[in-house]
Amino acid sequence: MTGLPERTEKKLGLVIDLDTCVGCHACVTACKGWNDQGYGAPLSDQNPYGADPSGTFLNRVHSYAVQPTDTAAQIINFPRSCLHCEDAPCVTVCPTGASYKRAEDGIVLVNEAACIGCGLCAWACPYGARELDQAAGVMKKCTLCVDRIYNEALPEADREPACVRTCPTGARHFGDFADPESKVSRLTAEREGFALMPEMGTRPVNRYLPPRKKDRPEEASLLAPLLDIKATGLAGWLDRVLGKI
Amino acid sequence: MNPAPSVIVFTVLSGMGFGFLALLGLTGVSGTVAFFLWGLGYGLAVAGLVASAFHLGNPQRALLAFTQWRTSWLSREAWASVITLGLFAPQALSDWLGLGLGRGFGVAGAVMAGVTVFCTAMIYAQIRAVPRWHHWTVPPVFLAYAVAGGLVLSGVSVLALPMLCVLGVTLALHWHFGARAFARAGATMESATGLGRVGAVSVFEQPHTGGNYLLREMIHVVGRRHAERVRMIAMVFSVLLPSLALAWLSGGVAVVVAAATYLIGALAQRWLFFAEAEHVVGLYYGRR
Repeated sequence: MTGLPERTEKKLGLVIDLDTCVGCHACVTACKGWNDQGYGAPLSDQNPYGADPSGTFLNRVHSYAVQPTDTAAQIINFPRSCLHCEDAPCVTVCPTGASYKRAEDGIVLVNEAACIGCGLCAWACPYGARELDQAAGVMKKCTLCVDRIYNEALPEADREPACVRTCPTGARHFGDFADPESKVSRLTAEREGFALMPEMGTRPVNRYLPPRKKDRPEEASLLAPLLDIKATGLAGWLDRVLGKI
Repeated sequence: MNPAPSVIVFTVLSGMGFGFLALLGLTGVSGTVAFFLWGLGYGLAVAGLVASAFHLGNPQRALLAFTQWRTSWLSREAWASVITLGLFAPQALSDWLGLGLGRGFGVAGAVMAGVTVFCTAMIYAQIRAVPRWHHWTVPPVFLAYAVAGGLVLSGVSVLALPMLCVLGVTLALHWHFGARAFARAGATMESATGLGRVGAVSVFEQPHTGGNYLLREMIHVVGRRHAERVRMIAMVFSVLLPSLALAWLSGGVAVVVAAATYLIGALAQRWLFFAEAEHVVGLYYGRR
């Protein structure tokens, strides 16, 4: 059923720290690697070694140059994936019921056995989180690694999404936003985590942490007081006389 | 948005077909000519619906699209089109074979034909992420095209000419509001990335060097380059030329010429409807 649940017990999602992300694309690779096996149709590539390679990815890392009004520009790396929205428009548009949001943990998933590949959900998503797999003809999207996070066959440390597990700088965090004491909730509160494109009315669950304020170059030199030397004696006399000529 | 030929053909032909069927349902014809006219209406509507299946990744599961009518406009459209075609069937048989059924089925079918075209339009109008589509002018455009198409095929110029004028005005309004829709939606690179709090955002490096589904499907830039020209073609071919043909020519020639030019205009309009619609996801790529 493509109706959205009234409320979900948990609100699982990611916090992505734009201050810490170095744009290494390890999360992209880990995501592609994990989702090539196991859950659903593998993420296919078309012409991967040819002149015009293309493929399905559930996570993409953009890099932006951001120019503040009063200081130097910053490079900010920006991973983009499904935000597991509370008012997910991709779910309600689905004609077959393949697209759904789980009442227990809020994860937005695709039942590939019911997906006709019409692409309407990808149109409805403002964030470009869904890509139609060109080999399987079904819609692919981030599953929050639903086949890892509850998987008791894995060591406990590995029971988080592949992107989070692999991130070398700890820029990605996974947890339950419905619990105010969870790591993701506290990070969001402490660092003023924000949602993307709130004007689209989708109420995303994932939050992004803004880059921390950067140090600014001092206007005056730190040595200024020491450099303010009053010339005395002969030098002082010369200074005064030469200044008058 | 990518102007996929299957979707353009689907919306144009099924719209025209349902418009013509509604007209037949309301007015009624009799005898052998009824067989051909109803056949033409059914042919257009069904051809359109069949074309729509061609853009599916897994068309063998298409029947599942009937399940989510409570939330999905696409599912509602599937139901509405099947109900419409079903309602018209007894009316068509009655008209052809002279069974004297009255106009009940025809009138009900005409109402449902309107509902079907409305549902088709709502598939696009519901999508907030495409501001140009997310507007009240979209259902009127689709409905005006359907009614005008039906009237052009009927050749009843007394009704067709005013309807073509209505179509022209609706199109002009749609384009007028469409031009500022994206700005009014308020999405910018700053809001898309949330980095407006730091400063003005521009792309430093794209996330991938090759193309992908998003770029092919939602960031189609060709249409916008020629938007003004295509708009002119759409207006001249779907409004002006059919009007002139119906006013100056007579009989079958008038209908054939008017219908042919109308179809070219409708295809141009529908191509532009997709090609010039900008999806907000383009903001992440610094493109629209």
